[in-house]
Amino acid sequence: MSETRYIRAIAEALNEEMARDENVFIIGEDVGGPGGAFSATKGLLEKYGERRIRDTPISESAIVGLAIGAAAQGLRPVVEIMFADFLTVCMDQIVNQMAKTRYMFGGMYKLPMVIRAPGGGGLNAGPQHSQCLESWFAHVPGMKVVMPATPYDAKGLLKSAIRDDDPVLVLENKALYGSKGEVPDEEYLVPIGKADVKKAGKDVTVVSASRMVHQALDAAKALSKDGIDIEVIDLRTISPLDKETIFDSVEKTSKLVVAHEAVKAFGIGAEIAALVGEEMLDYLDAPVLRVGAPFVPVPFNLESFYLPNSQDVVTAVKKVMEY
Amino acid sequence: MADKETLLELLYLMLKVRRVEECLLDVFAQGKIPGFIHVGIGQEAVAAGVCSCLKPDDFIFTTHRGHGQALAKGIELNRFMAEIYGRKDGFCKGKAGSMHVASKEAGVAGSNGIVGAGLPISLGTAFASQYRDENAVTVCFFGDGASNQGTFHESLNLAALWNLPVIFCCENNGWAQFTPQKVYMKLENISKRAESYGMAGVTVDGDDVIKVREEAEKAVSKARKGEGPTLLECKTHRWFGHYAGDPQKYRSPTEVESTREFDPIVKFEEFLLKSKFIDQAHVDTLEAKIKSEIQGAIDFAESSPIAGPEELFTDVYA
Repeated sequence: MSETRYIRAIAEALNEEMARDENVFIIGEDVGGPGGAFSATKGLLEKYGERRIRDTPISESAIVGLAIGAAAQGLRPVVEIMFADFLTVCMDQIVNQMAKTRYMFGGMYKLPMVIRAPGGGGLNAGPQHSQCLESWFAHVPGMKVVMPATPYDAKGLLKSAIRDDDPVLVLENKALYGSKGEVPDEEYLVPIGKADVKKAGKDVTVVSASRMVHQALDAAKALSKDGIDIEVIDLRTISPLDKETIFDSVEKTSKLVVAHEAVKAFGIGAEIAALVGEEMLDYLDAPVLRVGAPFVPVPFNLESFYLPNSQDVVTAVKKVMEY
Repeated sequence: MADKETLLELLYLMLKVRRVEECLLDVFAQGKIPGFIHVGIGQEAVAAGVCSCLKPDDFIFTTHRGHGQALAKGIELNRFMAEIYGRKDGFCKGKAGSMHVASKEAGVAGSNGIVGAGLPISLGTAFASQYRDENAVTVCFFGDGASNQGTFHESLNLAALWNLPVIFCCENNGWAQFTPQKVYMKLENISKRAESYGMAGVTVDGDDVIKVREEAEKAVSKARKGEGPTLLECKTHRWFGHYAGDPQKYRSPTEVESTREFDPIVKFEEFLLKSKFIDQAHVDTLEAKIKSEIQGAIDFAESSPIAGPEELFTDVYA
């Protein structure tokens, strides 16, 4: 085990998978010489050359489209989209092409491709460089969506994504890039579709993802001083959703809070609350509460008021404890 | 000019495409085909001229007006028909229909219902050939309307930059759905746009199959030799509306009528007869052969089952 930063864990995953499989190549804006806007691909051009590390024009649709065609022919493209907000620029290629190809053509093609994109606020990057759009993509069948919260999960999930025969969208969190965590020296994979109980507890289930996992863990510490013991679930994968882990926990605690950074409206919190309402109503002792951002664009210099934090989780947990 | 065998192949392909689409219009009108269809009747010379230059392991991308291109590339007729009928024996198990016909075996890599969306994907098959040092080329068909999509410009730029083995074949029939070219574009020739991306561009009479084939052959051989992409614009005529049943109220009856003057098949047959490459008996035999192929395909499609609800959840993920 060694301490590694989230961004280095991603770089390690890319390097290991490129070394393992000749079909893996990286394509995106600035991924070559500059090593990507956040240095995830730094050093790979020197090691693997221009054939496998492809610096592109600023043409997101062409980049994703090329990856789709190449994946259909058995290559394993890893696309870097510089900011998750820019996924909107190539929405047709993602939603109508990538996610539909397998089904529409009756299973004719596998599409083993990955799109990596950093989302989230925290860097005062403004409304077009800070969004969390995971619920948009989780809403579309035909692709998988993962959101790692730790360096360990970032590496293990990305490696799994590259080996997966379906298109996987890996939504990283740029505020987490500098965070450190233990990463094994030996090879490992984190399975797609499996949530992780980051902290066991008996009073309230808090389901979270990405940066909000850390906020939930901070909240757990604060709440323990008041004798409240929360269970923190890190979804890790948004689609397909690991209902089993959520339901098992709710069965135990009977109370649920869902915490995510994206705006609360129409988000994954709404989906999880509805699922539990539909299938677990008899187990619930309180309404399901959601923690999320307000329904406004991410503001440039008002992030401290905008971003949901551990205090919001504490407040929500205390409220469900009152029932 | 192409040899006799090639010329006869071109005639066969064009006639087959025309008769299949006529048959599709007929069975569609009878309510036997679900959804809607878009026929390319009058544009057969483009599909035949270009696809006759390709090998089975080359790739084509087609559009929602792509029956002809798929057939000319060699897609198997029975399963093609079953797909359009929405039946289980179709290439895509009836999940694709007319707008998304594809066949891995025939290198028909996908037909797209979104205007301009096939262009970026065609970069990918071309990239895969280049990455693996294989000899296959990709042809991406699209319409004049698609040349105003951002994807067209992104794709041409990247293909030229990376010298990808791809031919962008613009089937220019002068109509983007219900809108004529003069409304949506100031340029007369779309091929002119190639120059701004550092790519060869050529405009050809798309109703003249021999000319289409000549230019396509040059473009394909260039791409195969690693000399990069070409934008090949084939100017042709759309006889019918945007979709089957479109009353074409946006077009004058005189204009609709005049499209028939450019019939690429009549033109080519006259040439072949006059040059004594064929006689009328040859044409009659060919027509009979195609008629029986189509009847066989219709029988096959109509006897193929419609997929049941068990197919709803298959093929979403690998």
